[in-house]
This record gives sequence, structure tokens and C-alpha cells, in this order.
Amino acid sequence: METFYRIFLNVDTLGSMVRLSTPLLLAALAGLYSERSGVFDIGLEGKMLGAAFAAGAGAATFHSAWIGLLCGVGVAICLALMHGFASITARGNQIVSGVAINFIAAGLTVILGQSWFNQGGRTPQLTADERFNAFKLPGADAVRDIPIVGHVWTGLVSGNSLLVYFAFAMVPLTWWILFRTRFGLRLRAVGENPAAVDTAGISVTAMRYRAVIICGILTGVAGTYLAISLQAGFVKDMTAGKGFIALAALIFAKWRPVQVMFACLLFGYLDAVGIRLQGVPIPVIGAVPVSLIQALPYVLTVVLLAGFIGRAIPPRAGGVPYVKER
Amino acid sequence: MAESAEQADRDDPAIELIGINKSFGPVHANKDIDLAVARGSIHGIIGENGAGKSTLMSILYGFYHADSGEIRVDGKPIRIDGSEAAIAAGIGMVHQHFMLVHNFTVLENVMLGAENGAILNRGGNRARIELGRLEKEYALEVDPDAVIEELPVGLQQRVEILKALYRGAEILILDEPTGVLTPAEADHLFRILAQLKEQGKTIILITHKLREIMAITDTVSVMRRGEMVATRKTAETSVEELAELMVGRHVLLRVDKGVSHPGEVRLSVRNLTVRDGRGVKMVDNVSLDVRAGEIVGIAGVAGNGQSQLLEAIAGIRRAEAGEVTLDGQPVHVTGHADPALLRERGLAHVPEDRHHMGLVLPFEENENSILGYHGAREYVSGPFLQIDAIRNDAKAKIEKYDIRPPDCRLKTANFSGGNQQKIVLAREMERDPVVLVIGQPTRGVDVGAIEFIHHRIIEMRDAGKAILLVSVELDEIRSLSDRILVMFAGRVVGERGPEASEGELGLLMAGVEGEPVQGEAAQ
Repeated sequence: METFYRIFLNVDTLGSMVRLSTPLLLAALAGLYSERSGVFDIGLEGKMLGAAFAAGAGAATFHSAWIGLLCGVGVAICLALMHGFASITARGNQIVSGVAINFIAAGLTVILGQSWFNQGGRTPQLTADERFNAFKLPGADAVRDIPIVGHVWTGLVSGNSLLVYFAFAMVPLTWWILFRTRFGLRLRAVGENPAAVDTAGISVTAMRYRAVIICGILTGVAGTYLAISLQAGFVKDMTAGKGFIALAALIFAKWRPVQVMFACLLFGYLDAVGIRLQGVPIPVIGAVPVSLIQALPYVLTVVLLAGFIGRAIPPRAGGVPYVKER
Repeated sequence: MAESAEQADRDDPAIELIGINKSFGPVHANKDIDLAVARGSIHGIIGENGAGKSTLMSILYGFYHADSGEIRVDGKPIRIDGSEAAIAAGIGMVHQHFMLVHNFTVLENVMLGAENGAILNRGGNRARIELGRLEKEYALEVDPDAVIEELPVGLQQRVEILKALYRGAEILILDEPTGVLTPAEADHLFRILAQLKEQGKTIILITHKLREIMAITDTVSVMRRGEMVATRKTAETSVEELAELMVGRHVLLRVDKGVSHPGEVRLSVRNLTVRDGRGVKMVDNVSLDVRAGEIVGIAGVAGNGQSQLLEAIAGIRRAEAGEVTLDGQPVHVTGHADPALLRERGLAHVPEDRHHMGLVLPFEENENSILGYHGAREYVSGPFLQIDAIRNDAKAKIEKYDIRPPDCRLKTANFSGGNQQKIVLAREMERDPVVLVIGQPTRGVDVGAIEFIHHRIIEMRDAGKAILLVSVELDEIRSLSDRILVMFAGRVVGERGPEASEGELGLLMAGVEGEPVQGEAAQ
């Protein structure tokens, strides 16, 4: 029972959940902007990876976390624009373009990393000054010993990096943008019926490029967070499928921002528990293989989509390049 | 009336097109088009598919840019290089396929592109008030918070009109507006248009239905092969003259047919029930008989189960319950009815949607002309296709059905709609079937080709075939059928003879039987 509590309900586990779900959340929100505009994006993984490398390299070279962030976001925007050019202007296949970006990022980060830093595809280990560090929120020490409320404030809410707060602040902001602003109305419309947007005198191309650029910025922050906040440098293939889990969360949440957050927290929680379950024998079952736990988000997505939450209907014009009719 | 229109025409055209030219590669879609539309009038533009009507209106609404020519609104030359410019010039368009976002509310759709500021709440309140005013002024009531996909098509179209009015449109272009409406809804639309005209709006109505032109327009222009061939006062012309102008030769509008001599029952349907993919009952306990030598027409507004009925009979869709007999032999409609086997047993099927079910568009014409019968002895030897036999067969059909261009090696996608339909009809009719099931024989087909197709269908009847005909064109059903069944909400709600009036059938199609009702009630 003690072990059970330590693994499943500990504030430490929950804090880990928050940190692990942050990159998922940023990537899923990035995908939300892109896919709501009608541009499907399975290149979230590649953009995140590219950004993580650029952030690690930038922070190590210029000894500044902020320059690292700038590099990460810059590279992700470039990759996003490549995807945008292929799928909006050149009207290519969005899946093919997304896969291509994943491959480019996976290969290029290792090759460049090796030739620049000679550490087997890694970027140099970063010092504390070169990273986004955890910072304490006011009162974190004062309430430390109050049961539950204090624990949650000190262990869960406080003590995270700036990028974590940014990610979670993006949830209500995205909701507000999507459902309460002109930009959001047009964004949703262009993903459902671009012809309606076009005939209303709005440029479909411009709307989709804007969405793709926002997607680049958010995946950039996600990658930066991985490389210079969660860890102290870029490691080969460090995204490890997080871009795809983010996509699963997005589908799971039916492209709605608040639900995206809960889905990401759930997947982050499974990840956190998975780490803590390693080598721990569970009554009856015995030690659970780590790979099984790692597969849980995917299994969960398939099972839940198949029966429990009903059909997830993507934006109607998603994946289809817009061509003026006739 | 004619005189005042003439006066207005000369004095004060709301919109003028002068010498408009537009080419797509080698295709000259619009040749030196001149057009003047009088303010406060309803101006019809009529022509066959591909005559250039839609291109012309797309130029007017900024979808395309004309190669040369001038557009004048209120006498001032303007440049329309996008929908935005068209809207600014007071031009509004109601598209054939509605430009609405299906999961948005009416208000959101009306606001899209005219939001009054970056934050929706503030602009939204103003839009709501303005929308209410427009609804009242033009008697176009719609609930602003209703979601589009839950509204009937008639109301969706109303939202399109409101959208245009909200943007301050003085000139309203309607592209084939009645294609998706019931006769009652169409009548209601015409009343709305008449009222808009009374309030000083200028309306351009694009259609291929001559009856509508005669019913509502003040002036009519006829286009043929990219040229504006004539403009007439509606009061001074006739349906016959317009049809002749459209096609370029004399056209028989009424189908000449003799008395039918029905023989034995060839196709018998008993208590057929079919559900669609979502589990909704689309065909509800339908029974019917088709005899040799007669045409049974099924009338109804699109979406009332006709498509599912056809598919179940053709063996494409599994029925939930019921029995079908073909030439006295049962068909396993509730089990696995093999469409290929049904073909062999003499059931030919011309599907409603030739692009999705009737043809493989990237294939050559000769390949499509045997599709479904490609196992027949004359086309194969062992595992190999007999290419020469297939091509000769295709050439014979091209000759007989006057398919143009007469080239059996041409990609099917490059034929016009009417000729594509002839390819399908030739394939199905030339196999000498016992029962012929035809869906929408003339959808998207030109007047000239319609005449030919109708003629062939009558010939098949006189040759003793049993024909089941489904069409949303009431005129077509009335002129071809020997008996008319009306479907509404999956059920056959009535049987009438071909002499039944349009109004009577229209009421049945709207699900109203007995006493006459107003257009609104029928929705």
C-alpha cells in the first residue's frame, strides 16, 4: 500500500506528470492551430526535435537560455514553413511532407551535432545559467507543511520552469483565441470550409500560413523545453515519439484546447508512473515491462476512440489543399 | 411592365459588362460578352452546361480575372480582383453549393469576413441586431443561433441570402438556386426574390430551367458556347424560342411517346426496408412492381430514400428486410446480393452518381464502356482482355449514341457530363437487360443530350424492358413515366398517373397529403 501510494498519488509523481506533459501540451496545441486551419501535421515530432537541437546548440554556444529559445523557435518556424509551402502553396500531400520533415530532423540533428560538437550527436552539457530553471512561486516555502493545499502549491504548482507556466497559460489563451476572436472564427472556418472563407473575401492561403507559423512557434517552445529545461542539452532522438503522442492527445481531445490539456496530463501521468514502476513488482502480475507502460498512451487512444468517447471528427477540410473551384 | 424595364435598361444599368473575354488554355470560355442589367430588375442568364455562365459570374465575383473587358457598376468602371472587391462593389453571390461552414451557427456564418473588430463579442452583438433588422425587413426569418447542418436546405439558402444582404449587397447573383429545393421551397424563394426586387435590389438568376426563367425574370440573356447569343424581354419570348437559342437548333421539349403496353411483372419489391451507414431507416417498408414495357418513375426530393432503394435493388447495399424478385426469381437483398450476378441475370443499373459509381474517370472511354461486363465472353479470352473486340464494341456504341468526341481512346474525364452519361447508358442498355434501373439520367446533362437520352429510354420501354426511373427532376418524371410513385421519408406516399399535376406531386413530395398548404408550412 505504501508503495502504491508512492508510485501513483505522490505529489512527486504528480509534479513529474506536469513536467512530462508540458512538451506534449505545447506540441498538441501547436497541432491544434495547424489542423484547425486544415493543415494536417504529423511533422510535430520533427519540428520538436529540430527545435530541441537548435535550442541546445544555441544555448551552449551563446551561453544563454533565451538565445537557445530563439534558435529553437526559429528552426521550428522554418520547418513549419517548409510544411506550409508544400501543403498550402504547392498543394502537396500533407502526410508525405510531414513524414519528410520527421526524417530530415532525425538525420540532420545527428549529423550537425556530430560535426559541430563531436560528442556523438549530443550538444554540450549546459550549466544552470544556460537553462530555464525551476523557480519558486511566492509562498512556496511558507505553505510547505500545510497538508494537501500546501503540498500541491509547493510540489506541483511552484518550482517549475517558465516554459511550463507558458504552456499551461496557452490553454485558456488558445480557447479564447479560438472561440472569442475574429482570428479564431476565421481559423475554424478555413479548416471546415475554405471556400466559404474565400468567398467572404478572406485569403485562405494567408490564414493557413498564419496557423502554420503559430504551430512552428509552439513546437519550437516544446523542443526548447525538452533540451534546455527538462534536460541539460540535446540528446539524439530525444523527442522519442512525443510528437506522435501529442497527435494522439489532439485526436483524443477532438481538437479542443481544454480537453487537449487533460489528455496531455493523462499521458504525462502514465509516463511519470511508468518511470516509477520500473522494476517494482506489482502484486499478482509481477514486474511490469517498461515498454508496456510506454505503449499505454497509444493503446488508450485506440481503445477510447473506438468505443468510449465517440467518433473524433477532424476538421472537414483537413488534409485537402484548397483549389478555387471550376 | 416591359416598357418600364426598357426605360430602366437604357437609363440606369446597375451593372454592365463590356467585351469580357476569358480563356482557359485553348478553351475560350467567354467571348466578347456584353451584358447590361437594369437596376431593380430580375435578369435571367440561361445556357447549357459549359456555355460559360458560371465563368462569367465567377469573373463578376472576383474568382477569375477577365483577360480583357470592362465591368461597370453604377456606370463607373471598377476592377474586381477578388471576392473582397466584389463585396465592396455591392455584389453578393448565392452559390450553387452553399458557402457555409456546417458546424457554425447562422450568426457566425453571417459574420465571417465582416466581424466588426477583432473580438467577437462586441461585433457579435451589433451583427445580431443588424441581422434581426434584415430578417424583419425582407421576411427572411432564421434563428441566428441555429447550427447550419441542422437546418433544411431552404433555410440554409436563406442564410446565404442574408449573408449577402448583411454585406450591403445591391446586386445579388444566384447560381442555380433551385437545384436543391422542393417545388414549394422554390416558390418561396421566388417570392423572396420578388420582394427583394421591390425593395430596389438587382438580381441576376443563373439557371438552366426554362420554366423558372419564364416565371420570375424581367429580362433573359442566353449564352451558348461562350457567347452571349441573345437578350430578350421575358414577356416577349417563349420557352421554345429560348430552348432553340440555347442549343442552336430546334429542340423537342415534350417527349413524344405512345401508349405503354405493360406485360408481365419483371421486377417486384415487397416490404423492403433499408438503413444507411448511421443506422437511420432510409427505406421504410416499400413495395412496388415494374412490368415489362412500362416506366415506373419515383419522384421525391433528394434524400428521401430513393438512392438507398436503388442501391438495394442493384445489390450494392444490403437491405434489412424485404423481398425482391427479378423476372420471377428471388434476389438475396438481405444477404449478399452480388451486383455482378444480378447483371448476368439481366438487371442493368445506371447509378445516380456517374462519377463515383458509374465510371472510372481516369480510364479510357473503351474501358469504361465494358466495365461490369468485362468478364463477358466476347471481351476476354482466358485471362486476357480482347482489346480489339472491346475497342470495336466501343466504337459501335459511340456511333449509336452519338458520343462526342468520337474517340474511344480518350480519357473519360475529358468528356462532358452529357457524353459521360451516354457512355454509362450505352454500356447498360446495349446488354439487352430485362430490367433497367436508372438513377438521375440527366443530372448535369445538356438540353440536347437530355432529348436524346429521353428518346432512348422510351425506345427501351417500347422494346419491352421494365424500367424503374428515379429522378429529382419532376418534369422528367412526369414526361417519361407511365406510373409515378412519390417517396417521402423513406416511404411511398402515393401513386399517380403521368397526368398528375405538378402541384399535386409537389405536395406529396413535401409529405403533405390532401388539402393545399402554403410554402412555409411545407418546410
